[in-house]
Amino acid sequence: MASISPTIAETPAQEVDWTARLRLILSYAILFLLAFTFLYPFLLTVTTSLKTLPEINENPVALIPETWTLEGYLAMQNLNVGRWMFNSAFVALAITVGNVLFASMAGYALARIPFPGGNLLFLTILGTMMIPGIVLLIPMFIILKQVNFIDTYMGLIFPKVTTAFGVFLMKQFFESIPKDLEEAARIDGANRLQMFFRVILPIARPALIALIIFTFQGAWNDFMFPLIVISVRQELYTLPLGLAVLRGGLGESLQWNAILAGSLVTTLPMAVIFIFFQRYFLEGISYTGLKG
Amino acid sequence: MASGIKGQDREDAVAGWLFMTPALIVFIVFLIIPIIFALYFSLTDWNGISPPAEANWVGLDNYQTVLLEGGIRQSDFFKALKNTTYFAIGVVPLQTILSLLLAVIINQRLLRYKEFFRTAYYFPSITSSVAISLIFLFLYQRSGLVNNALEFLTFGAWEPVAWMSDARGLFHIILEALGVTLRDGPEFLRGELLGLTVWDWISGPSVALMAIMIMNTWTTIGTMMIIFVAALQDIPGSVYEAAQVDGATAWPTFRRITVPLLRPTIFFVVTLGLIGTYQVFDQIYVMSSGGPAKTTLTMAYMVYRNGFRNSEMGLGAAIAILLFVIIFVLTLIQRRITGSEAEQ
Repeated sequence: MASISPTIAETPAQEVDWTARLRLILSYAILFLLAFTFLYPFLLTVTTSLKTLPEINENPVALIPETWTLEGYLAMQNLNVGRWMFNSAFVALAITVGNVLFASMAGYALARIPFPGGNLLFLTILGTMMIPGIVLLIPMFIILKQVNFIDTYMGLIFPKVTTAFGVFLMKQFFESIPKDLEEAARIDGANRLQMFFRVILPIARPALIALIIFTFQGAWNDFMFPLIVISVRQELYTLPLGLAVLRGGLGESLQWNAILAGSLVTTLPMAVIFIFFQRYFLEGISYTGLKG
Repeated sequence: MASGIKGQDREDAVAGWLFMTPALIVFIVFLIIPIIFALYFSLTDWNGISPPAEANWVGLDNYQTVLLEGGIRQSDFFKALKNTTYFAIGVVPLQTILSLLLAVIINQRLLRYKEFFRTAYYFPSITSSVAISLIFLFLYQRSGLVNNALEFLTFGAWEPVAWMSDARGLFHIILEALGVTLRDGPEFLRGELLGLTVWDWISGPSVALMAIMIMNTWTTIGTMMIIFVAALQDIPGSVYEAAQVDGATAWPTFRRITVPLLRPTIFFVVTLGLIGTYQVFDQIYVMSSGGPAKTTLTMAYMVYRNGFRNSEMGLGAAIAILLFVIIFVLTLIQRRITGSEAEQ
């Protein structure tokens, strides 16, 4: 391998002396140990969700169950978890589709169409990113109440369907693509709408994927906002909201196998997405981080 | 062709506003109006149940109740401020330093399995805070994994703690070990300031709060490490080669070159950390509901508790506004300290 990579091949042999080697070994030790502390709790969660309740109470740290059981998953089933999962998926998808479309439209307008008020608008949107979500909790509730959105899907979806962060991300991206493409399309007689959908959006793929991932993740994991939107209709709970109820709803002694099963069911879809689209997660994070 | 240019301008203006319309509607209805409402309702006595239009104007009463008037709301507010501040003081430096060190370790040229490490560390960041909180609630039991691991690491010297029901403050534990208690300590400890005794103010984070702090650090390190790694990769290798020629070893290189060059990124990560920690809510809701003995009552949780549970929406809104002011001021102060001129 080393001979293929020019950077490593160029390193003089004497530079990789014993201090460097020692440092490398120490680094591996730290990194593996830490990776273990990051992954072990999840592993223990998986196996504990497959234990019987008495066994968990007797020894909550044993990794391997003595008797394997789906008890926890069945107990969870009684609480409408299937429906909550559908709600989470539906709401997160709707929010993601909306945000991708509206945020990129707005981002495109702010980046590429010179229109009066555009700059002021952008600064205002940037300013709203400074407002902590918790400040909006109560007034948001008032507005949702006024328009009868409490206890509805509309309430869960509408307020989140465009984010200031999304607009910001897309504007930054559109500013980086060359103008020639649009000029060529314009000469071909395309109008703004055609230009946007046929020329601009297709080349915005990396930014769109980052936006899709962040929006979906944010919506799927959100707890505080659904907590105030859904008050009495339990069939409209999203998974995190239902899970928080699961903690209290299963009687005095906590049914750990059911609670951990619920936690896993909530985590699993994001984990699968993460494993398949890892590269985009990491690129997206660093992309937004650097722009911050 | 003057009319052609004019036509283009008009077309652009129409197109620009049309493209903005969906986003604007959402922003105006669910962002701009709520901001105005937040201010307005913080000046009313709305209870959250009756029609909002029937709320009475009470001026600055809500602010006065939490800031100045003696009573449970004032002492709760300052308890929440104290807890949240201990939380931020503990978590922000810890997660910033750890993630930076981790990034530097992982970014070494000769290191392999980078993908695996990054994946492992980032994994907690993608999971739901509610799920993570429940998992940790399980791990933090008296007979749970955390106590077990600590017992193993200290060869049995560790006394198992019931993490989530332990209200003792860190500094109280230390002071009492040194023989200082509230009863026979110096007089000023019993003095009262803003609804809390001096002894209360200097409690430090309670064991329960520390448990949540550790969990919080654990879940955010991954994201911050990725941000640092990206910034590290932007530093040209020639900078380090020059340092190597000058004979600089690892630590001075890190302190004199890496840290100054990462200043804007550090500013960004600390800002994210401050904004995040001052709003901590989900974990509190799931793990402790503010208890034991209100030692995990945070400002964000108090907004929710007073607004939605105690039907004091006006008061809740006032606390939210105060929280916003605190976060805003802290960001400004830290901008001064980190000297983010480098950013522009």
